Amino acid sequence: MHNATGAVGDAEPVIRVTGLAKEYRVFDKPEGLLASVRALFRRRSRTVEAVRGVDLEVARGEFVALLGPNGAGKTTLLKMLSGIITPTRGTATVLGHVPWERADDFRRRFALVMGQRNQLWWDLPAAESFRLHQEIYRLDPARFARTRDELVDLLGVRKLILQPVRELSLGERMKLELVAALLHEPEVLFLDEPTIGLDVVAQHTIHAFLRHVQAERQMTVILTTHYMKDVAALCERLVVITGGEILYDGSLAEIVDRFTTHKIVTLDLDAEPDPARIARLGFPCEVRGPRVVLRIDRARIADALPELLRDSGVLDVSVEDVPLEEIVAGLFRSADRRSQPAEASR
Amino acid sequence: MSGPSDTSAAASDPLAGLRIWWTMLVISIEERLVYRGDFALGTLMRFLPIVTQVFLWTAVFSATARGDIAGYSRNDIVAYYLLTMLSRAFSSMPGLATGIARSIRDGSIKKFLVQPVDYLSFLLASRVAHKLVYYAVAAAPFALVFFLCRSFFPPLPDATTVAAFLGALLLSFLLGFFLEAALGMLGFWFLEISSLVFGYMLVQYLLSGHMFPIDMLAGIPSGIPGTSLADVVSWLPFQFTAYFPAAVWLGKVRGAELVRLLVVEAVWVVVMAVACRLAWRRGTRRYSAFGG
Repeated sequence: MHNATGAVGDAEPVIRVTGLAKEYRVFDKPEGLLASVRALFRRRSRTVEAVRGVDLEVARGEFVALLGPNGAGKTTLLKMLSGIITPTRGTATVLGHVPWERADDFRRRFALVMGQRNQLWWDLPAAESFRLHQEIYRLDPARFARTRDELVDLLGVRKLILQPVRELSLGERMKLELVAALLHEPEVLFLDEPTIGLDVVAQHTIHAFLRHVQAERQMTVILTTHYMKDVAALCERLVVITGGEILYDGSLAEIVDRFTTHKIVTLDLDAEPDPARIARLGFPCEVRGPRVVLRIDRARIADALPELLRDSGVLDVSVEDVPLEEIVAGLFRSADRRSQPAEASR
Repeated sequence: MSGPSDTSAAASDPLAGLRIWWTMLVISIEERLVYRGDFALGTLMRFLPIVTQVFLWTAVFSATARGDIAGYSRNDIVAYYLLTMLSRAFSSMPGLATGIARSIRDGSIKKFLVQPVDYLSFLLASRVAHKLVYYAVAAAPFALVFFLCRSFFPPLPDATTVAAFLGALLLSFLLGFFLEAALGMLGFWFLEISSLVFGYMLVQYLLSGHMFPIDMLAGIPSGIPGTSLADVVSWLPFQFTAYFPAAVWLGKVRGAELVRLLVVEAVWVVVMAVACRLAWRRGTRRYSAFGG
């Protein structure tokens, strides 16, 4: 598999995963009363392969995005790496430990934040949960206080820590969850959809916060998300996973090179173009008023641009890469077409 | 922020375990206090059923010419019911089993797999907190009822009996905790345990002495030659959660028999604590393999 960008020279990877696979048995609930009664005696089960032989190495200080459609196996992978579930096959070490052995020494050195789950006490102010974390992780009181103050100030939530958590908004709670997870200064952080359901301002705050803390602590972070904004703001490395397998592992820049054949050229014209004029351009295009959006093959862009600009009606021009969303969606779709359903009936 | 290497500076502190427990206790107390109003009301409600019991037994005694039933006078019976209320204030664990099962089902148990903290210790700490808050709120109504009913009670027992009574109460707390916790751990194997909990409550109600003093079963053959139903029940853990402390206070068990039963109770506590540990270990392994 791919080696991490920027990992050169670093001795041992923080996370090493080889041939990791997880199968679940699921029971089908048949439709109809008669079938339901029959199912009481003989249940039909299938084996679903949530993760199928994943290899991955992550070096210290990397910020990796795990991307994939729903049910691709991202969360299952993250659960194995944080020791919640044991794999069916394969091996993994995180910080030199096998995660699912759940050694205390390992558990003191990482953190997992799941978007919809809370580790904060619902009826109490977050400050109380923080205090419990101080004891659970055996943190030095002075250092704990310093870290806590720094984290709450970075997120601008100092005023909220004395308010019962149930009274806070989703975004405020998420910020306090992040503080709770980072109090013990974990070396590895797993984030499962940390920005789900948050508004743009809260997303930005969390991005800036994560960037800052990650850089300062040289923390290794794996993040699963559905938002390309998260990826673009945070990660240099992108791992695309579909149907339980890694489809792409590399830099953000590279995915654009590898999976797009064209660029998007936008022309602002002085007037609404007539159809003949557009056809003459000879590229697939879309007309929005006086604005024309063209998809031009990357190899031809150098020739095509001067030709387009020679048209005196052009007021403005911009050349952009295909949006990340589009590339990734294309990747998901192509994987979907190729693979058979990831299950075997029994 | 400095490097992560000295994060575990305080890790070798031998008192750390105790301090975690203390913090969990204090935080749980704070959490319970959020619902103090509900608590106060619940305490008063608990005394209502006893009124019907007093009426029932008054009717039973007026219908019979005998001064006592199975060694209990009418006054003894009322005192007995009041004392089992006290036992149950220690041994009953409302919502413990269902709470554990819920945390398994909704996945909040994950927190205890990811963080370096022991789930059972955590549950125990929060239960102690739960009880302490309850006693703080319930002490006044309990004292009032016992004061009003003082004429039903025999004279105060000697110091040894009082000590044995307190020991039995303390053990009944631990026994009640581990019994219900073990029941809750079944949630690792069954999606829904509410009918199991219901069955347990029923058995508990009949065999603990909550419904009637279990030594009343002394005359009923158990089917095993030479043993009565009361003998069988006396080896089970349930009687310790209601009957036993009350019987100790009323002087129904004394001397060697008292010591024997205290030992049996302590053995049950250990057995159930070990059962909980095993269930947790096997349950989390199963959870890791199948669920998550």
